[in-house]
Amino acid sequence: MSQSYNRGLVEDFGRWKEFSAGMWAWIFHKFTGWILIGYLFTHIAVLSTAIGAASGDPSLIQQETDVYTTTIQGLESLFIVRVMEVGLLAVAVFHILNGLRLLMVDLGIGLEAQDKSFYASLILTGVITVASVPTFMRGVGF
Amino acid sequence: MAERYSSFAPGGTAWLLQRVTAAFLVVVLAFHFFQLHFVNHAADVTFLGTQARMENVGYFLTMVLFLIAGTFHGVNGVYNALVNQGLEGTQKKIVLAVLTIASVALIVQGIWVALAMAGMI
Repeated sequence: MSQSYNRGLVEDFGRWKEFSAGMWAWIFHKFTGWILIGYLFTHIAVLSTAIGAASGDPSLIQQETDVYTTTIQGLESLFIVRVMEVGLLAVAVFHILNGLRLLMVDLGIGLEAQDKSFYASLILTGVITVASVPTFMRGVGF
Repeated sequence: MAERYSSFAPGGTAWLLQRVTAAFLVVVLAFHFFQLHFVNHAADVTFLGTQARMENVGYFLTMVLFLIAGTFHGVNGVYNALVNQGLEGTQKKIVLAVLTIASVALIVQGIWVALAMAGMI
């Protein structure tokens, strides 16, 4: 059986000096979560140009010069946007892997290996991120 | 006895929904990345291509569910992070109201965008 107990103020970032894998997994999970929700709002804002495209001149859509197409392709032509996309992938992959790890911790499975699974999440995130670089940077440096 | 390490109060609806949406998001986010970066490259996205995808009812509904699940998971995560930070009382109620309004606004805007993409408005 699990048992809850008073840990005091949980989100106390002053505790970072008490270095432990679990602490850093928790900090990274919050950090990546904030980035992802921030990105979701930005993403929908950019995709909202579809409303303008759909209500505009249909011939622009056929010529692929509508506001949605030109906005996305304009952003994708920027080197910094591609770098940020690689960063976003890294953030999402870590959040997913660590989320699966947290589910295991929640269920009490493999608690004794929770530090090792954090390091494994970091390494796997690094490998997947590096492997994705040629795809994400295609046309702007690769 | 094993200690609990979760930041959430166990057994609650929010706790369960956070995990249910997480499981859904893992699958759909992977599909989304694969579809729009590896099969189709983001740099080649056009309204015509998006419209062709969104006219498929299954894809359309998956994307709308993706939006709703992502918004709930993200905003609920932010709310719980703030509660764990020590948010309480009136401030907690105000933050909940602001986040709820922001979530509804994002979902409404997202569905409007999806309908425009699918050529339904």
